[in-house]
Amino acid sequence: MTEPAEQPTEQPTEPVEGGIVAEVERMTEAQRAEHAAEVADVVAPDRDIAVGVGDTLLEMREVTMRFGGLVALDTVNFDIKRGEILGLIGPNGAGKTTCFNAMTGVYRPTSGQVLLEGRAMGRRKRYQITRMGIARTFQNIRLFGEMTALENVVVGADARHKTSVPGALLRLPRHHREEREVVERATALLEFVGIADRAADKARNLPYGYQRRLEIARALATEPKLLCLDEPAAGFNPREKQDLMGLIRKIRDDGYTVLLIEHDMRLVMGVTDRIVVLEFGKKIAEGAPAEIRENPAVIAAYLGVPDDGAA
Amino acid sequence: MHPLTAFLADGSSWITFDVSGFKAEFWSLTFDGLAYGAIYALIAMGYTLVYGVLRLINFAHSEVFISGAYAVVFTLSFLGFGGSPPGLSTPALIGDLLLAMILAMVVSGIVAVVLERVAYRPLRKKGAPPLAFLITAIGASFTIQYLIEWWRGPNAENSVIMFIPKPLFSVFGSNVDDQQLIIFLAAIVLAVGVDQFLKRTRFGRGIRAVAQDPDTATLMGVNKERVIMLTFLIGGILAGAAALFYVMKVPSGVIYNGGFILGIKAFAAAVLGGIGNIRGALLGGLLIGLIGEYGATLLGNAQWTDVIAFVVLVLILMIRPTGILGESLGKARV
Amino acid sequence: MTTASSATRPANESAVRRFRNRWNELSRPQQWVALIPLVVLIYLIPEINAPFLASTSVDFATSMFHAAEFAMIALGLNVVVGQAGLLDLGYVGFFAIGSYVAALLTSPESMLAKIPYLATLPIAMIVTMIFGLLLGTPTLRLRGDYLAIVTLGFGEIVRLLASIIPVFNGNVGLDNVGHPPKLLGQTFSNTDAKPWYWLMVTLIIVILLFVGNLERSRVGRAWVAIREDEDAAQIMGVSTFKFKLWAFAIGAGIGGLSGALVGGQVSFVNNQDFSVPFSVLYLAAVILGGAGNKVGVMIGGFLVAYIPDRFNSLGDKKYLVFGVALVLLMIFRSQGLLGARQRLLARGRQAYRQLLGRPEPITSESSVTPDGGAQ
Repeated sequence: MTEPAEQPTEQPTEPVEGGIVAEVERMTEAQRAEHAAEVADVVAPDRDIAVGVGDTLLEMREVTMRFGGLVALDTVNFDIKRGEILGLIGPNGAGKTTCFNAMTGVYRPTSGQVLLEGRAMGRRKRYQITRMGIARTFQNIRLFGEMTALENVVVGADARHKTSVPGALLRLPRHHREEREVVERATALLEFVGIADRAADKARNLPYGYQRRLEIARALATEPKLLCLDEPAAGFNPREKQDLMGLIRKIRDDGYTVLLIEHDMRLVMGVTDRIVVLEFGKKIAEGAPAEIRENPAVIAAYLGVPDDGAA
Repeated sequence: MHPLTAFLADGSSWITFDVSGFKAEFWSLTFDGLAYGAIYALIAMGYTLVYGVLRLINFAHSEVFISGAYAVVFTLSFLGFGGSPPGLSTPALIGDLLLAMILAMVVSGIVAVVLERVAYRPLRKKGAPPLAFLITAIGASFTIQYLIEWWRGPNAENSVIMFIPKPLFSVFGSNVDDQQLIIFLAAIVLAVGVDQFLKRTRFGRGIRAVAQDPDTATLMGVNKERVIMLTFLIGGILAGAAALFYVMKVPSGVIYNGGFILGIKAFAAAVLGGIGNIRGALLGGLLIGLIGEYGATLLGNAQWTDVIAFVVLVLILMIRPTGILGESLGKARV
Repeated sequence: MTTASSATRPANESAVRRFRNRWNELSRPQQWVALIPLVVLIYLIPEINAPFLASTSVDFATSMFHAAEFAMIALGLNVVVGQAGLLDLGYVGFFAIGSYVAALLTSPESMLAKIPYLATLPIAMIVTMIFGLLLGTPTLRLRGDYLAIVTLGFGEIVRLLASIIPVFNGNVGLDNVGHPPKLLGQTFSNTDAKPWYWLMVTLIIVILLFVGNLERSRVGRAWVAIREDEDAAQIMGVSTFKFKLWAFAIGAGIGGLSGALVGGQVSFVNNQDFSVPFSVLYLAAVILGGAGNKVGVMIGGFLVAYIPDRFNSLGDKKYLVFGVALVLLMIFRSQGLLGARQRLLARGRQAYRQLLGRPEPITSESSVTPDGGAQ
């Protein structure tokens, strides 16, 4: 897929005279804050709709996934509330990724339903699910390696648009309007996640941390109601993890709902509002981080009961 | 004249629906179709093996096959075969044919391995993109074809007749001849043999391991390069066997570009059965053979053979996108 | 996965890059002006009897027409293979359909109604696009390798049907295919290829404009996303099937157009010129020039058509040379002569300048990886 190149030096990357990136460098604290607010506005255009905070956004209802004889998910129930950061954790092989895939339409549940704002996902295609409002990142980064960072994000933003071959061929007014919109939105998103300085680099030439952030920007570009992050901190050092926590909070504060699958306990505990714990395809606990930390079933699952060995 | 009538009425019968003729000949068509199908199946196995391990459509496999066919023709010509059957005793005949087959296997095997070494391995070393492999395969196919043409000229080789088929017994009122039986049985035996080889031997397990996950297989101590070479070799050997039976069935069909369409149909057979799957290749080959024979008679023109084979391929892929028996190596995709 | 580029870079790379950067600094209108002399030169080629170029046994104008024909075909196939990453091995089928549409509607030997030749060009495009949809609808859900074999089969079916169905006259073919009326003082006939060459070049320029519009739009981005990672594209909201079908239909239409033009120029269409190796040659042109690079594939098309004409004395050995050349090219420069290059944003120029204060980047030196093989 998209491996970071060892020498990511296709183009000179220092900010040059005149660009926004260079301008921000020269700004005062106050100016920067103002600029960040402007950017945040573009990133989440309808964030004053945050009225519904606390409503159920997504509902997993009795979801079961079977592969042959293997039961990967066993009647799992939980909700994701609008405006929260929900952590989904569990030991290896607990069914986190399966759960994630069932939610994002990669798999269809064997039985049970996934509802987004009360609407069943049913037999919708994956791109339709994205347009319903679920976006995701990938555990093993899957960017469009030959596109620039900006173009990657624009592909995400295209999900909300309609121009097809006739419009593009003849460059009809809607095409022009949409092109302006996607570029504006994608630029803002790159600034928002903090990688605007490499906007013109091919995705495959970006450093690893940038690639992770670019995936988040691309997913946000689809204007999701729910953003699903699949182990976004994999391969990060503590410092990068800290930054990532900041970014996730910033995304939530901007009006998005976030589902986080992550191995790193400190990160999960530090950033989530609520946590759901899976083990062997079953939900074994659900609650605030502090409760989960004390939950004996969770401790047993992670530390392993004596006959089970280390995870 | 209404524009459409031009397509339909022209006096000559370019398409008929000869159901009664088809019914009458059904069993003899079946037996002949199975014999042709067996040849497709043997070639298809070569495609399927290489595809399974490298995920590469080895376009030049048709030239691996036709090289073997040339070996058969040369060997038999040298042994005195020609436009009429030689009138040898049965043991002597069997001996000659076996010799021809072994030489064909050697030649095809060598061509396959050399092809792998010269054309594909450098690309693997460089980590070239998949399309580069395909283009190389096409280039290699052209190269071998026109090397042969340079050497042997643009015309087909003189025909080499091995023996005149004799009816052995009759099933449902139609005769089965010794030629059909030999070809069909040989293909079954070779298919079972390869299948067992893959299942039971260490090399076979190595091939399957690389097919499933090259990186892990390498970590587990499988020598990937050797496995790849072996895969090409087995494919070549099977193509050599196919070459003998092809010349047996079509004595005058050896020409420099004669492998091309045959190869495409064999690849279609592999896809039809489920690529990467030896049994699938056998099943697909036999089906392509049968469909061609039935179609040609039903529609009244031998040219329909290929058209129908491809139409059936498309139809089956629409219903079962990974072929009838499925891909044995199909990985779950996110 | 994409490590192929570094091994074999030409020594004068920096000069090439400097030129590219200079070029990139120019505004679009400036680029247009700068291109005018080149376009004029291209139009004049058949008039200038360049001693090196022209020493072929084939009439030079005809040879140039062939080259332009292949350039147009490569441009069409590039939409399918280079942009969307769909492996089409049956492109000659669309070319054949285009030829037959032109022939059936103009040749006195056809039983269909006759119409003016120029009207057959759009009809040929529409008919081939419909065939593209018919072939694509069932098959574009299949994975790349299967698509390759099914399209290959399609090419064969078209050829075989042309042999079997009487209205196409099989080997005998359809003679006296029509031609355009006298245009700007040029008489079109099958003895003088020059006017045909000019017509072809003009249409190529039109196609370039349209294909460029598509590339720098939501459509072009969807294609490249599909090419890079189809699953990820779908999860990012790209209706992959729809855009693949469009790519297929557009490619088919361009193939049909070139078929109709060639049918008119040769003034004769039979079943002999549509065999599988032609599809392979077309694909080779695209790969040779560099899939995903419009200029590259046109150069590839030019070379694939011109070199055999130039070295006609080699006879069939030219195919041998061609085969060896393909293998060597892939080993030493698998991304083609020019690497994939694309601009995917209509307003990229402004966006990059606004953000970074420097011009749009040129992406190049990379190879396209349709899913026609390993992952």
